[in-house]
Amino acid sequence: MSILTFERVSYSYPGAAAPALRDVSLSVDPGEFCVVAGLSGSGKSTLLRAACGLVPHFHGGSFGGTVLTAGLDTRVHSPAEIGAHAGTLLSDPETQVVMASVRAEISFALENRGLAAAAVARSVEETALALGIADLLDRSTDELSGGELQRVALAGALAAGPELVLLDEPTSQLDPVAGDELIWQLRRLNQECDTAVVLVEQRLERCLGAADRVLAMSGGEVVCDRDPGGFLEWAAEHQPALQTPGARVFADAGLRPLPSGVKQARALLRREGLLHDAQELGAGQAGPARAGSGEAGSGEAGPGEAGPGVRRAPVRRRKGPRGSGEAGPVLQMRGVWHELRDGPAILRGVDLRLDGGEAVVLMGRNGAGKSTLLRHAGGLMSPTRGRVQLHGELALLLQNPGDLFVHERVRDEASLDALRELGLEALADRHPRDISGGQRQRLALAVVLGGERAPGAIALDEPTRGMDREAKRRLATWLSARAREGALVLVATHDCEFAVEFATRAVLLARGRVIADGHVGEVLGGGRYFTTESARILGGAAGAVRVEEAAALLRARREEASGVGSLPATGRLAEIDDLAGAGR
Amino acid sequence: MSAPGRPRIAYRRRASPLHATRGTVVGAYCAAISVAALMTEHPLLLGSLLATVLCAGAAAGDGPQLLRALRRSAIPLFALSVAVNLLVSRQGLTVFARLGDWGALGQVNLTLEALVCGAVFALRLLVVGLACVLAVCAADPDQLLGSFRRLSPRVALSATLALRLVPVLAADASRLAEAQRCRPGARGRSPGARERLAVLRATVAGALERSLDVAAVLEMRGYPSPRRAARKLGARSRHDLAFAASAGGIALAALACALDGVARFHAYPLVSAPLDPAVVALALALPAIALAPFLDRAGIEP
Repeated sequence: MSILTFERVSYSYPGAAAPALRDVSLSVDPGEFCVVAGLSGSGKSTLLRAACGLVPHFHGGSFGGTVLTAGLDTRVHSPAEIGAHAGTLLSDPETQVVMASVRAEISFALENRGLAAAAVARSVEETALALGIADLLDRSTDELSGGELQRVALAGALAAGPELVLLDEPTSQLDPVAGDELIWQLRRLNQECDTAVVLVEQRLERCLGAADRVLAMSGGEVVCDRDPGGFLEWAAEHQPALQTPGARVFADAGLRPLPSGVKQARALLRREGLLHDAQELGAGQAGPARAGSGEAGSGEAGPGEAGPGVRRAPVRRRKGPRGSGEAGPVLQMRGVWHELRDGPAILRGVDLRLDGGEAVVLMGRNGAGKSTLLRHAGGLMSPTRGRVQLHGELALLLQNPGDLFVHERVRDEASLDALRELGLEALADRHPRDISGGQRQRLALAVVLGGERAPGAIALDEPTRGMDREAKRRLATWLSARAREGALVLVATHDCEFAVEFATRAVLLARGRVIADGHVGEVLGGGRYFTTESARILGGAAGAVRVEEAAALLRARREEASGVGSLPATGRLAEIDDLAGAGR
Repeated sequence: MSAPGRPRIAYRRRASPLHATRGTVVGAYCAAISVAALMTEHPLLLGSLLATVLCAGAAAGDGPQLLRALRRSAIPLFALSVAVNLLVSRQGLTVFARLGDWGALGQVNLTLEALVCGAVFALRLLVVGLACVLAVCAADPDQLLGSFRRLSPRVALSATLALRLVPVLAADASRLAEAQRCRPGARGRSPGARERLAVLRATVAGALERSLDVAAVLEMRGYPSPRRAARKLGARSRHDLAFAASAGGIALAALACALDGVARFHAYPLVSAPLDPAVVALALALPAIALAPFLDRAGIEP
């Protein structure tokens, strides 16, 4: 018997013009790990809400068809009854946590189900240990970071040992390390406890390797229901925006089958003789990104190995020290500390020089100090020690674009000129909360950019949260254009795939310190977590971090291996070099 | 970095005997101090209770939060209470200012007695308010709600929702206010009344949506389940017993004082607050009873 069954389910939110789900039929077996993919607004979250009974019980609207969750008809049984069998984690962790302490939060669902005190205590300990949050048990929930809250909320959903877990973008607030850990914790839960998992996720490269099956949604319909490999083939043909970077590398390089994860991709490349493990294992790691903080370094790249016959590093080298432009730095931080009165230091002596025309990505784990650094840059915070010098205006967009909107109409939020520049003039009379996520992001940009003078610097904090790949691509293109026009672009993000689409320079923070600062290919090329799937597949070879670079490298190797290349290997690698430069 | 918008007056587990005590007992302890303040009007006893609650807060590690509350509320509370009483009261013989005819208020004469009466009323409110702040800071809300739930699930549900919404909305307001500072015209200056109002309006507008989100989670975690929540393991600790005894002692002392009429205080027609030995003894005994449980600091951990 299936743990989750949808039979011809259609659903419309109250007052909505179009249905959010259209004639959806599917079933999930016990112990299955199922990923739900789709662009924004495709109906993924509504599917989850229907599975846990919030649709229609909580949201109202018009509902047709049958959903059976653990054998319970969601029209008959309440979300509370369904919750005894299906743990649910929705996307906003702030509202997912309802108790004051972590221990109480995890035990909450267990106590509600009337479990004996000893069983509650045991489950709390086990769940906390399994999710690596045992040290948080006695903390207050209102002092946790977004990532910690997400894991605590997940623990709350898992503590009762549900047969089915429904998760809506659980990694959206997590750094790459924590995101990968969470996916593998889910996989372990799935394998060790036979728990079925239905996971809605935008960053498919994170979870396809763990999935048994992928459902793709579009316009409220399930348009693809296959294993990960089959889904990637389908996406390549029908919805390229859903392809993972690894699959795009293979597709662009003319390789088949498309891989669902790094391990599979490397095995396939090894089989084809396109992977040179001995050379590539340390290739990217040998990159010379400056360690530690200090003035921006030269960014001089050491020669990364690019495979047989390669004599040069394709990563473009900088001439002279970065930031030595005549105009001087747009933003300079000298020994910036931010120390909490009753707590730790968030920034510890940050030295950073950022020039106009640079596109810089700021990366690091949750709590590394990225957002604090941006707040200092934007003048929202003052350093407890050190100095921040900003030449010109800086437009700062914080994590939630919706927080900027306090008016009833789009036209009241920003000037018409600013709306026109971002292609929003047609929405001028709409309510800011009634427009799509991508439009909101653009409106927020219009608001912060709408001053009398064009800002010399643009800083964004986690701008891609909840964005689909297509929206990210458009944002990356826009940011690159601003950098080419001479503005400093500074973006804090966990999304490595997005970072390499626009950034020329990467600054890696850890515990408030700059631990690496250099060309994006150098800093992200050889990493295991803070890197792209393309770079992981190729082990950082040739500093190829973008899909196009990795695909060009593989094409060059294939041609070299078969001896039929139209260009000599060095010429092909020069092409990769050009790609690397053009993309940045 | 601390969570944005985290309320400054909130429960935080600390290494103190009061925090090692279960939430219901802390609630009872603070309620006893409040009841004592409501049962007496004698300024010396009220002053003693004010000192008691501040010392208890300091001993529990919540002194800064109590002082912040005192700083913010004491002057407005005193000013409002005294001003209203001065203008409204027609009693008292010691006139120190004649303000003439004030239309609807009639002839307004300000008297020393009305001033003292207003100040005593404000002092009572202050003690009660600070006792509540101490309860918020030191009583584990999860334990309190669990106890409430056994008595009245509906009340507990509303209280849980409200309690959770406070930090959520505070965080929303803080984020909204910070975001407004990113607007081009607002950089580098403090928000004006109009901006503050816009933030408040946006926060309130989002409150319904937020409360629905929180309610959805409560529903999915089985809060409305008809099953009775299991009582937690663990015997009452000696801190529980000490603070419960202290609460009982404070309440009994206040009750005895009220019944016996020891601490007599009259504001009108002339101020009368005799300093009997019994009153002085009581003023010393109340802090001693209330603060004694703090002496046992063994076995406490944050």
